[in-house]
Amino acid sequence: MKRILVLFAHPRLRRSRIQRALADSVRGVEGVTFHDLYEAYPDFHIDVAHEQKLLTEHDIIVCQHPFYWYSTPAILKQWEDLVLEHGWAYGKDGTALRDKCWMHVMSTGGSAEAYCCSGQNRYTIRQLLAPLEQTAMLCGMTFLPPLVVHSSFRVGDLELHNHARQYRTLLESLRDGRLDPAELAAAECLNLEL
Amino acid sequence: MHLETFLAQAFIYLLAAVVSVPVAKRLGMGSVLGYLIAGALIGPFVLGFIGKEGQDVMHFAEFGVVMMLFLVGLELQPKLLWRLRGPVMGMGGAQVLGTGAVIALVGWLMQYPGKQAIAAGLILAMSSTAIALQTLAEKGLMKTSAGQASFAILLFQDLAVIPLLAVLPLLSSHVGAAVPHAEHGSGHSLAEGLPGWQQALLTFGAVALIVGGGRYLIRPIFRYIARTQLREMFTATALLLVMGTALLMQSVGLSAALGTFLAGVVLAESEFRHELESDLEPFKGLLLGIFFIAVGASIDFGLVGSQPMDIALWIAGMILLKGIVLFAVARFSGLCLPESLLMACALSQGGEFCFVLFSVAQSGGALPPELSSKLTAVVALSMAVTPILLLIYEKMLLPRLQKRENEREPDAIPESDNPVLIAGYGRFGHIVGRLLAVNRINATVLDLDSEQVDFLRRMGMKLFYGDASRLDLLHSAGASRAKLFILAIDDEEKSLKIIETVRHNFPHLTILARASGRIHAYEMVRRGAHYIYRETLGSSLDLGKEALRLMGIPAHEAHRAAKKFREFDERSIRNMADVWFEHKDGDAYVNAARDQIAEMEKLFAVDAEVRESPSDEAWDTESLRNEALEEEGKQ
Repeated sequence: MKRILVLFAHPRLRRSRIQRALADSVRGVEGVTFHDLYEAYPDFHIDVAHEQKLLTEHDIIVCQHPFYWYSTPAILKQWEDLVLEHGWAYGKDGTALRDKCWMHVMSTGGSAEAYCCSGQNRYTIRQLLAPLEQTAMLCGMTFLPPLVVHSSFRVGDLELHNHARQYRTLLESLRDGRLDPAELAAAECLNLEL
Repeated sequence: MHLETFLAQAFIYLLAAVVSVPVAKRLGMGSVLGYLIAGALIGPFVLGFIGKEGQDVMHFAEFGVVMMLFLVGLELQPKLLWRLRGPVMGMGGAQVLGTGAVIALVGWLMQYPGKQAIAAGLILAMSSTAIALQTLAEKGLMKTSAGQASFAILLFQDLAVIPLLAVLPLLSSHVGAAVPHAEHGSGHSLAEGLPGWQQALLTFGAVALIVGGGRYLIRPIFRYIARTQLREMFTATALLLVMGTALLMQSVGLSAALGTFLAGVVLAESEFRHELESDLEPFKGLLLGIFFIAVGASIDFGLVGSQPMDIALWIAGMILLKGIVLFAVARFSGLCLPESLLMACALSQGGEFCFVLFSVAQSGGALPPELSSKLTAVVALSMAVTPILLLIYEKMLLPRLQKRENEREPDAIPESDNPVLIAGYGRFGHIVGRLLAVNRINATVLDLDSEQVDFLRRMGMKLFYGDASRLDLLHSAGASRAKLFILAIDDEEKSLKIIETVRHNFPHLTILARASGRIHAYEMVRRGAHYIYRETLGSSLDLGKEALRLMGIPAHEAHRAAKKFREFDERSIRNMADVWFEHKDGDAYVNAARDQIAEMEKLFAVDAEVRESPSDEAWDTESLRNEALEEEGKQ
C-alpha cells in the first residue's frame, strides 16, 4: 500500500465551496495524510525538519490548491523554497524524494476551453505547470498530470459531488496500486482519464 | 437584653464602624485603628453610648478571633504547618521566654516583688493575634518572611496560654489562695477538679476528636449538606462546626482559638475549603471589627487621665522591651533588617489573651488589682499603638531603609562598544536581553534591583547595578557609542524621565520603550520614544488569537486578524496621544476614542461578514465570479 500526503493550501477555506468539498472527500481516507499548510503555519514559519520527515514517510505527494495567478498560493511556494533543500531534495546527494510521485489537484475559475493556445489563457494547464513539473523532475520524482476542477464558479452541486468522488477514487487507486503512475504520466490531465 | 436595646446597640456599633473605618482607611491608617478609635469614641469615657455591656460584647466578639484562627488554619496545609514547626517552637519559645525574662527583670528593678514581675512579664509576652494578623493581611504582608515568622510566634503564644493558665496561680504571693478555674469567656471547664492524668486524657481525647472528626465525620456531613443546594444551610453548618469546636475546647480547658485553628488545618485539604472560607469570611471580619471596637471602648480613660505620663511611659517601655526582644529573635533567625523591624513593630503590643490572664492572675493572687488594671489599660492602649507603629514603619522607616539599600554604589562598567543598552532587567527586560544574546547582539544591562542583579550575575549574565536615570552612568555605560536604548523598567515616572534625558543628551539613540498601559504610552509619544510597546499587548493578542482559533476561525485568518488589530491599535496610540493631552479625560477624548473603536469595528466588519456571507478580498472571488457569469451570459 502506498502512502499519500496531501499538501493542502487555501488561505480562505471557508469561502471555497470547491476546495472544501474536495478536501472533505479525502480527509480521513486510509493511507492519506491531510496536511493543511495555512492552518499549520499561519505565520509562514515553516518547520522544515517536520516537513521533510513527512515527505520521507510518504510515496505520493499531492498538492491540493486553487490555481492562483497560474500558480500555487503563496505558502506552497514558500514551502518549496524552504523544504526542497539542496543536498536533500536535489543536487549530487539529494535523493530523498527520488522515485516518489508529485501531482496537483486544482480548481480554476476559467473553463477547460480557456486553457489552450487559442483560449483566453493562451497556454494549457500542463504548460502553465511547467515550473512545478521541472521542480519535480529535478528532485527525481514522477510528475503526474493534474486533476483540475474547471469553471469553479459554475460547478453545480451534482457535478461537484462527482469531482470529489473522482478525486477520492483516484487517491484510493494510487494507494492500492491499481493505477500505474508511469502509464498516467503522459496524459494532459487526469480527469479525462477516469 | 430587649430587642430595642439590642437594635440600638447594634446600630451604634455599626454606625461607629461605618463612619470611622472608611475615614481611617482614607487617612492610610488601616481598618484596625479605625475600629479602635470608633470604640474609644462611643465608649463610656468619651460619648458614653455604650457602657458596661462592652464587656459582654467583648466576650461575644472574641469569637471573631476564634473564627480568624479557623480561617488561618484553612489556609495552612498540614505539610506547611509541619514545616513551620521549627520557627514555631524556636522563635516562639525564644520570644515568650525572652520577653518574660526582660520585663520581669525591669519589674524587679522597679521594686516589684519577684513573683509579680515574673507573672507580668509572662503575660505581657503575649501579642495580639487579631491585630497583628489582621493588619499584616490588610497590607498584604502575610506571605513575607516577617509575616510567616509573626504567624509562627503568634501560634506559639496561643499554645503557651494553656501552661500559663496553669503556672499563674503558682506565682501567687499569698500561699493557699483559692485557685480559680481558667476563666476564658464564661465556659466552665470539665477538666477542673480532675486528677492530672484524667485531664491529660480529656485533652488528648478532644484533640483526637477534632482531628478524627474533621477527617471522617465532617466531610461526609458537608457533602450531604452541599447536596441540599441550600447555601444558608452550608453557612449554618460551617458556623456550627466552628462554635462546636470552640465549645469542646473550652470545656476541656484548652484555648478555643487553638482548637478551631486545628479544625481548620484538618479541613485545609478538603474540597470545601474555599466555600468555607467565603462563607465565614464576612462573619470573621464583622466580629473582629466588633472586637476591636470593644477593646477601644474598654480602655479606661479615667485611669489614663489620672496618671497620663505614667501610663504613656509604661506603654512606651513595654513596646520598646518587646520590640527589642522581637527584633533580636528575628535577626537571630536570619531575617533581614527591614523584615526584623516589621516583625518588631507588628508584634510589640499586648494581646487579647492578656485580659484573660490578668483576671486569672488577679483572682489567683499573682497580681494586685491596682497593678492588674493599670496593665490592662496599658495593653489595650498598646493595641491602638500598633497600627500607628506600622504606619510609621511603612511611611518613614521603610523608605529610609530602602534608600540606604539604594545607596549601594553603582557598579563600575568596563569600557565597551555594545550597540544596545538595556535599562531594567526584570521579567520584561530580560526576555529582550536573552533574545538579543542568542542572536549574538551584545547589550550593556543596567538594573536597580540589587538582589536581582546579584542573582542574575550568579546565573552568568552580565549586568550592572546602577540607576539608568543618571546621566553619568549612561555615559559610562557607553550611551554615546550605542545604537539602541531599550527601556524596560517598572517605574512609570522614572521611565518618562529617562526618555527625556536620553533624547536630550543622546539624540542619536533609538529608544524602544516598554509602557505599562495606554496613558503611559501617550506620555511616551509626547516625549519622543521611537518605538513603544505596551507590556501586555503582545501576550493579550497571542491569547486572543488562540481564542479565535479555538472558536473555529482558521489559524491563518486568526493570525492576520491579530496583526491587523495590533497595527490599528498602535496607530491609534499615536493619533490619540495629542487628543489626550489637549482634553485629558474630557468629552473630546471620549468621543475620539469612540470614533477609533467605531473605525476598528468597520475595519473588521468586512472580515466578520466574510465569515457569514461572501465579499470582496484579493483571495475572494465575488467580483471575479460575477464577471465570469456575466461573460457567460454574453456568449
